[in-house]
Amino acid sequence: MTTYLGMPTAPPGVGHLRGSEPFPVAARRALADTQLRANLAMATKTIRAKRAAVVAELGDWEELRAAGQAAKTGAMRHLDRYLEQLETRVQAHGGTVHWARDAVEANQIVASLVQATGSREVVKVKSMVTDEIGLNEALAAAGITAHETDLAELIVQLGHDRPSHILVPAIHLNRAEIREIFLREMADVDPALTDQPAALAEAARLYLRSRFLSARVGISGANFAIAETGTICVVESEGNGRMCLTLPDTLITVMGLEKVLPSWADLAVFMQLLPRSSTGERMNPYTSMWTGVTPGDGPQQFHLVLVDNGRTAALADQTGRQVLHCIRCSACLNVCPVYERVGGHAYGSVYPGPIGAVLSPQLTGVEENPTLPYASSLCGACYDVCPVKIDIPSVLVHLRARHVDEARRNHRLPGSEAIAMSAASWVMAGHGRFAAAQRAARLGRPLGRRRGRISQLPPPLAAWTRARDLPVPPAQTFRQWWRDEHGKPS
Amino acid sequence: MSPREEVLARIRAALADGGEPARPASAGTGPAPDGPDAGNGTGFRTEGDREPGQLLDLLVERLTDYRALVRRTSPAELAATVNSALAERGARRMVVPPGLDPSVLPEGIEIVTDDGLSAPDLDAFDGVITGAAVAVAETGTIVLDGSPDQGRRAITLVPDYHLCIVRAAQVVEIVPEAVARLAAQADRPLTWISGPSATSDIELKRVEGVHGPRTLEVILVGP
Repeated sequence: MTTYLGMPTAPPGVGHLRGSEPFPVAARRALADTQLRANLAMATKTIRAKRAAVVAELGDWEELRAAGQAAKTGAMRHLDRYLEQLETRVQAHGGTVHWARDAVEANQIVASLVQATGSREVVKVKSMVTDEIGLNEALAAAGITAHETDLAELIVQLGHDRPSHILVPAIHLNRAEIREIFLREMADVDPALTDQPAALAEAARLYLRSRFLSARVGISGANFAIAETGTICVVESEGNGRMCLTLPDTLITVMGLEKVLPSWADLAVFMQLLPRSSTGERMNPYTSMWTGVTPGDGPQQFHLVLVDNGRTAALADQTGRQVLHCIRCSACLNVCPVYERVGGHAYGSVYPGPIGAVLSPQLTGVEENPTLPYASSLCGACYDVCPVKIDIPSVLVHLRARHVDEARRNHRLPGSEAIAMSAASWVMAGHGRFAAAQRAARLGRPLGRRRGRISQLPPPLAAWTRARDLPVPPAQTFRQWWRDEHGKPS
Repeated sequence: MSPREEVLARIRAALADGGEPARPASAGTGPAPDGPDAGNGTGFRTEGDREPGQLLDLLVERLTDYRALVRRTSPAELAATVNSALAERGARRMVVPPGLDPSVLPEGIEIVTDDGLSAPDLDAFDGVITGAAVAVAETGTIVLDGSPDQGRRAITLVPDYHLCIVRAAQVVEIVPEAVARLAAQADRPLTWISGPSATSDIELKRVEGVHGPRTLEVILVGP
């Protein structure tokens, strides 16, 4: 089944779905950064323990996961119908709905909506999709300054850095590094600022307070959008979300098509799955839900921008479409042995970790993110913690196959892996050839004399050991052992 | 083709195979879909099972766990409890929503009823006093639905201290019960509050008090 062929993907040159270098190259550099590895190990260990504790409190966690999976499956199965229903409900409550085929179109819509207000500044709630489409850069090009207000996003923005985690974008930085950024970038900051998290949070509060109170335009993403009622839901912790969603005159919410849920009752499931999976809390401090415009309360202009940007291409892939169920909790990042060691930047996309390795290549087309499906050991820990039971390992394997198929279809010369596989196929097909190859492998034993592993094979086999160790071949093959023990077959 | 029509056409083309088959309704271990919780085919809990007394104890424990201040009182003692909470806080000037029962408000401090105050005006108050719509014991959550005794969202956001009066009848045990109770108010602005504002963005250490009210105090009015 190849219906995904021809479905438009996220366009290049805009947004943050593609890295500037392949994963293995970026990962090698990240692995050499011992400070980064220490920061990540500490943070992911902490969050894993918190999540495990609050998940264990619920006796019906597996039933909730199954319900979450069922609700998302139903939503995707009738996505057109639910989006139209959502649109109707939002319009009925005084909101305006816009549709964007891709990042460029979404950015244009938002920029022109902001310009129409006359404001040159916006306050933003942390949002993955606006990062995906490169909204801040597009607004800057239109002469509009976007202030990130989530503490971690603020740290990243002030540090001229990139987010490295879905939930905690500054997870790669420790308190001392954050203090340095604040001292350098915040004009009025107290020079005696300490690196205590509470002191740093207070500095962010003071820095953003006047911006919130005078903001005229707010921009948010959406965690859930309820088709049945037209309700949009934003889950957060700091209150910066409430500030952006409540105080401005105009609110612009940008959401990926896949955020829609069929019914109000679905919140009973997702308001349990998301907080426990993401921050490891029974409930996050603040959740805002609103439907269109409420006279006398909050923004009196509300715009909802529905963004495709490659999502329909993912929807067309029978195996891959389940990644659209993702609720961006980031539990899979925190348990991933690869993510824990290389961090988020190595993935080159705003969506790092296991979910990023299956989402980014589908949004851009596999050929534009060909190394990400291989950025995994297929250990399956991500599948076990996923609150909506996305089978990430199966999608990884599927995307590897798509990568190979698409490379072949594009008539590229066969790669070294294809040549090696052809050779292996010929060797294994003949009894004599296979036995000879096994004997030959023993010649490699001296390469691993010291540690019992071979870290570097000679060319052309060096490509295999660039990212892996090879076990030393045994002194004796099984066939030889059998012959020694039982004599020659009669 | 308009962007809207094109996106919808893409979705329909992508789903030309009929989409992912629906999940079996009996994926879980719970009752059949035509049982008491129809539509919940996987059998997650839709109702708690604690006694009313235990329920309030659990709410207090969970609110406290997330660093909210909690006082328990009776209907007869409510006004006195509000008074002592404000006195201990040292609050002198409070804002209230238009529908808050004036009999619970103490004498001797300035009470201003919100009539569309600006954000900078709200920033100058010592705090806000409101009622609540629903409270969830298991998660230590209070939900505001913009009713007259809770007011506009801005009044419970900008002041640094939120004193919230929750009545026993408003307390449910688990999240699905709260979602069911709020269904009729789904088109109103809802704010779910679990403790004071907090962040874990620096080394995943939880810090209470960022942009929202840095102190949340709950007065739980028992039967």
